[in-house]
Parts: sequence; structure tokens; C-alpha cells
Amino acid sequence: MPDFLLNALLAGLALALVAGPLGSFVVWRRMAYFGDTLSHSALLGVALGLMLEVNLTLAVIVCCVLLAVLLVTLQQRQPLASDTLLGILAHSTLSLGLVSLSFMQDVRIDLMGYLFGDLLAVSPTDLAWIVGGSALVLLALIPLWRPLLAVTVHEELAKVEGLPVAAIRLALMLLIAMVIAVAMKIVGVLLITSLLIIPAAAAQRHARTPEQMALGASLLGLLAVCCGLALSWYQDTPAGPSIVVSAAAIFLLSFAWPRRT
Amino acid sequence: MRPLQERGMNEALIRLDDIHVRFAKQAVLEGAQLQVHRGEIVTLIGPNGAGKTTLVRAVLGLLKPDSGTVWRKPKLRVGYMPQKLNVDPTLPLSVLRFLRLVPGVDRAAALSALNEVGAEHVIDSPLQSVSGGEMQRVLLARALLREPELLVLDEPVQGVDVAGQAELYRLIGRLRERYGCGVLMVSHDLHLVMSATDQVVCLNRHVCCSGHPEQVSADPAFVELFGQDARSLAVYHHQHDHSHDLHGSVVTGKPHVHGPNCKH
Repeated sequence: MPDFLLNALLAGLALALVAGPLGSFVVWRRMAYFGDTLSHSALLGVALGLMLEVNLTLAVIVCCVLLAVLLVTLQQRQPLASDTLLGILAHSTLSLGLVSLSFMQDVRIDLMGYLFGDLLAVSPTDLAWIVGGSALVLLALIPLWRPLLAVTVHEELAKVEGLPVAAIRLALMLLIAMVIAVAMKIVGVLLITSLLIIPAAAAQRHARTPEQMALGASLLGLLAVCCGLALSWYQDTPAGPSIVVSAAAIFLLSFAWPRRT
Repeated sequence: MRPLQERGMNEALIRLDDIHVRFAKQAVLEGAQLQVHRGEIVTLIGPNGAGKTTLVRAVLGLLKPDSGTVWRKPKLRVGYMPQKLNVDPTLPLSVLRFLRLVPGVDRAAALSALNEVGAEHVIDSPLQSVSGGEMQRVLLARALLREPELLVLDEPVQGVDVAGQAELYRLIGRLRERYGCGVLMVSHDLHLVMSATDQVVCLNRHVCCSGHPEQVSADPAFVELFGQDARSLAVYHHQHDHSHDLHGSVVTGKPHVHGPNCKH
């Protein structure tokens, strides 16, 4: 197997592993559009990172977190519905990112790569970031798992029972921001949310516990990455979209699988 | 069972004084006060928009009043039973897992809490599949698992049929006897609460009146003869011998007669 394919495979598998449990929370908490908004803003993070000459992964994480904080503040301060706000922020940050990038004529970047991913061009350094970031998110999820479930079930009940709800929500946003930064190289800012929610949605029908759903989502994500890369390798299709198409096919197949009673 | 006094009934668990809360310049609470003691059942009643839930949220620390003091017994353990639970249908969660979200709870503890509330048969059911009445019991079981000193119940019988309501109130009374905890309840209707409550607080942004329902219909023979409903009706008439307009001011023109415990 050529090196670039191995790198791509490892990067994809690391992402699929962490996207399972985190994506489950995105589904349970109905945060799909929120995830989309954060990922759209990632391009603005890239532009800012290039402008300030800092590490791009770091810039994307910071940008996503700032946007999440801005969103929460806006939700409390004015009467527009959340999805309206998300729509405004998603598209204006994406456009702002594109406009900022166009000003930087001395920087040559592969815009398509950022928008739709460039998995086959993952360098060993990229791979280290992706594997390290995924491992960090997985580790952080272990102590956060039960508090996150409690907050997801009933926020006020969790608060009365003494959980630091605001901090837990912020931690979840931070983790999602990290996964977005990690996943950008793999599927691109426009497709990231699909890797979070499609495997989780596919695993949902057959899961009886939250852990089964999270693990199932990881496994289906791994399968989608393998299928997508195979498709890309043999049919010369773009790798990121191929993975998403594979995930969508798995989702459809999950309906054919008989549900356990 | 020891008398309530010996179990320290007079120990205050919470004390709220002169609570003012405004939402978008609309006064929701204007100088409300509330106390709950150990072993005492206090029921908050009042019309829609009276601020019952707001006052409860202040008790729970979910809302900071604009002014007024909220005192809680230090390290007070609160068991809270919310009005309802909206768990996303995609979250695969059994009743057991839901109860085990309270730290340190194993299957045996969860089962004994469910036994206590008469809902042990749903322990392995998905949370979303239990009926309204069962859900209230499951929520109560979760509150009990916290070994609460204060049990806060926001409309505990919502979505429960009338027979189930009476049973649920009796259950709450039994739990108070058993654990000696204070209970703060919110209720819309009075038909079944009265026989299970020590103190009634009638709220309409301020405390209109409060007192022991027993003092209102003091004669035990009264209850014997007419049953729980009549007793609550007697209190009901006492509570609502005057009416409020949409702004909550007392409507004059009608005779405004105060009961023996009325404070304004």
C-alpha cells in the first residue's frame, strides 16, 4: 500500500473513531445545524491562521470556540430563533473566510481542499495532528460521558443535582471544535457534519444503550472510511465525498437490517 | 414512627424573603416569601402566571431573583422532580440507565427506589416508552436516589389520571413520613393536594395567603364525612374569596373576605 494511502486510511480511521461518540451527542442534542455552523466558520479560521501565521489547526479550533461563544451570547440577547442565527452565522463566516482568502494573493492555497477535503494529501505531520487530536478528544470524553448524558437528558435536573452545566456544555463545544479542526483535512468544512451525524443516525436504530450507539457509530464510520477510500482508489473519485457517500449508503442499508425486538 | 417535632420539624431548609423577579419588564414576583421546614409539605397554588414555577426555580437556584434573599441550609441535598422530561427519541436510554445517571447508583439501589414508588416493572423499559403516570414515578424515584432533605415537585401529577393523582399524592405523603424530608410542591388544582399538605401558599406574584389546611377545615369529622374533595373545596373557597384582574391586583367591588391566616 502506498504511503499516502496508508496515511489517508489511518487519518480517516482516527476521525471515524472519535466521530462516533461525539456525533451521537450531536444527534441526541439536535446540534446538527450547530455543528454545520461551526464547521463553516472553520474556513474563516484558516484565513485568520494564514494571516497571523499561526498553526492552522489551532486557528480553526480558536475560531470555532469563539463562534460558539458568540452564538450563545446572541441567543440570550435577542429574540431571533436559534436556527435563524445559525443560518446567519454559518453563511456569513463561510463567506467572510472566502473573501479574506481572496485578499491574500501571496498565499497559494487549495480552496477545494479546504471545502471538500484532501485526504490523499495527508502528510505525516497532518496525520500526527489528526491522531493526536482524536486521541485527546476520546480521552476527554471518558470522564465527561456521564455528566454529558445527564445534561442531555435534562439540563435543569443536572444543574439542581450539582453538575456544572455551563462548563459541561462548553466542554462539548470545545470537543466538537477540535473534531472539526481535525476533520477539515479529511472531508473539508462543507462535509464535516455528515461524518458526525450519518454514522450515529445509522447506529441509532439498532442500539439499546448510549454506549452501543456510540460504538456502533464508530464502527460504521470506520466502514464508511474504508469503503470511501476504496471507491476513491479504484474509481478515482474525490476521497472526502466518497466517504460521505459510503456513509449515506450505510445509513440507507441500516433500514434494511431487521431491528432487534 | 416518631412525631414530626422530634425529628426536627422546625429546622428550616429554605427561606426566601421579599423575592422580586421581572421578565422583560413584566413583574413576575413582587415580594414573595416562602419557607420550608424539615418534614413539612408545602404546596404552592395559584392561577396561571402567578409565578409558582418562577419561585420554585429561585428555590432550586436555577434563577437569580432581581432582589430579595434566598437562604438554603448549607449543603442542602435537593431532589427535584421536573414537570416533564423531553428526551430525544434517538437516545437509547433505559429507565435503569436514567436512574444510574445519579452518581453511585447501582441496579439494586435503582430497583429499591422504583419499588418505593411502585414502578419496578419498568426498570428495563426504554425511557421514552413509559406512560405519563409511570414517568412521574420514575422521576420521583430519581429524586429519591439523591436521598434528599428537600423534595421539590413541579406539578407532580401532570398527565396522570385522577385515580393516579390521588395515589401519587398519597405516595408523596408516605415518602415524607419515611424520609422526614421537606416537600415543596407546585399544583394547579386543589382537589387532591389538600389532605397531603401541611402548609398551603396561595401565590399571585405575592403571597396572597398561607396557612394550614387543617385550620381551615379543622374538624376531622368533616373530612370523614365528605372525604378529601370536600375538604379541599372548603380551602378552595377560602383561597379564592376574592379575584384578581389580569394584572394581579385585587378586584374590588366584590366582598373581599380574608381567612384566619391571610396576611394582607
